[in-house]
Amino acid sequence: MRVQAAATATDLLDEDPRTAIVLAEISTDHFREARRRHPERVVNVGIMEATMVGVAAGFALEGFHPLVHTITPFLVERPFEQLKLDFGYQGLGGTFVSTGASYDYATEGATHHGTGDVGVLLTIPGFEILVPGHPAELDRLLRATYANARPTYLRASVSVNRSALDVAPGRMEVVRRGAGATVVAVGPMLDRTVAAAEGLDVSVLYATSVVPFDASTLAAVAGDRPHVILVEPFYEHSMTGLAAAALAAPARFASIGVPRRFPTAYGTPEEHDRDNGLDVVGIAARLRALL
Amino acid sequence: MVERDSEMAMGGSTLDDVRRLMALATGDEKHDESSTSTLDALWVLHDRVLRLNPTDPTWEGRDRFILSKGHGPVAYYAILAAKGSFPLAWLDGFLEHGSPLGSHPDRNLVPGVEASTGSLGHGLPMAVGVAAAVRAKGLDARVVVLCGDAELNEGTNWEAALLAPHLRLGNLTLLVIENHSSSIEMGPWDAKLRAFGWAARVVDGHDHAQLEEALGATEPDVPTAVVADIPRGEW
Repeated sequence: MRVQAAATATDLLDEDPRTAIVLAEISTDHFREARRRHPERVVNVGIMEATMVGVAAGFALEGFHPLVHTITPFLVERPFEQLKLDFGYQGLGGTFVSTGASYDYATEGATHHGTGDVGVLLTIPGFEILVPGHPAELDRLLRATYANARPTYLRASVSVNRSALDVAPGRMEVVRRGAGATVVAVGPMLDRTVAAAEGLDVSVLYATSVVPFDASTLAAVAGDRPHVILVEPFYEHSMTGLAAAALAAPARFASIGVPRRFPTAYGTPEEHDRDNGLDVVGIAARLRALL
Repeated sequence: MVERDSEMAMGGSTLDDVRRLMALATGDEKHDESSTSTLDALWVLHDRVLRLNPTDPTWEGRDRFILSKGHGPVAYYAILAAKGSFPLAWLDGFLEHGSPLGSHPDRNLVPGVEASTGSLGHGLPMAVGVAAAVRAKGLDARVVVLCGDAELNEGTNWEAALLAPHLRLGNLTLLVIENHSSSIEMGPWDAKLRAFGWAARVVDGHDHAQLEEALGATEPDVPTAVVADIPRGEW
């Protein structure tokens, strides 16, 4: 997805003279051509992430649509106050594209993990949060939102679904309908959730848009006695509040997500998924236990 | 001359007018010295240096000014009012519920305020971005950002201080109000900032001629730093 993000951003830089890119050393190779073509609008600040966001806010103050990019914890957690104040409080638009979702950088250890990103950003009023599950979806969502005048986070992950859906900000896709629980698969969790739900009489929704949250689709599919199971690629229960607020009827909620603990293992993302019960086998077991 | 009860200042106001206006905005005694120590530099900037149009605060050709430290904004508000950015009567409501004038300026509430500040260490990085953006637009506008000496304890300022010369931002001026409020010794300013790549000088923070000359100077491709020294007790 990172390669797609750079390609789409480079297109936007060519197409819209009010687009700018602010980097903090990460992925500069992917933006080399963009920088060659537009040196005044592609800035690499070096390894200073708080200033990266501040500089982007400066571009936004001048009417630009800045796109900011680095590794998840250094995009969201280190410069959190700049995201909150420089963009959120000031009412500025900007696009923040991460790389290294959750434990994509599994070998790097907890310093480079980003499982708390969505939970953190949900505390900033007006911050939009998008979780594509495929590079083509990232392209679609980035083009749809880069000039939306709101701070917008695009969570790019290594894990992807086999094919893209026709996603849009603020909209959930109904993948299948069933009589039982409503399972909401978020971003790259879709394929494994569909596989895990095979043989179960459940509805499956696909969410790439955390904020804005498609409350109406969830409420309509969940029905009068809602039982909602979130399958989240980040910390479990990051989205439970959004789902709860969407439903008028008393509801049961469960979350299949990343447990809230610091991992001590390295290895691969797939091994972490297995440890966390987020592979097909683990999700299938949780679903059957919950139903 | 600014009249106390006039709706908007009509130009021709003086520094004495501003001092009278500052007396209208009471209630932030905690930051009194912070405000009075910025007065001369802010006045010189807005009266003699910056290219501004108070009746059109978003005019594209204007110079940009960011009050980074945010604290003690009474002098800033009084100067904006004296120059006609907003009605003088607003000063009476300083800090009151429903007033646009709080203890830290909000760009979405106060005409002429370029950036909302208050949390220290945000203004200089944003000013670097504004200066780069202004250059990308092909404008010849200048960007001036005011930081306090104690504010410059914050590490983000030194990130931005490292970055601005790297980006060759000759349109950027850092104005430091050195009112000796920092618990940590911050000097020597000129050597420190020159080592980072800035054209730096220290001037008497009450001397209008020195301030005007220093704040009016720029160098191609090199950001400028002007340190306005205000000795303890002369706030």
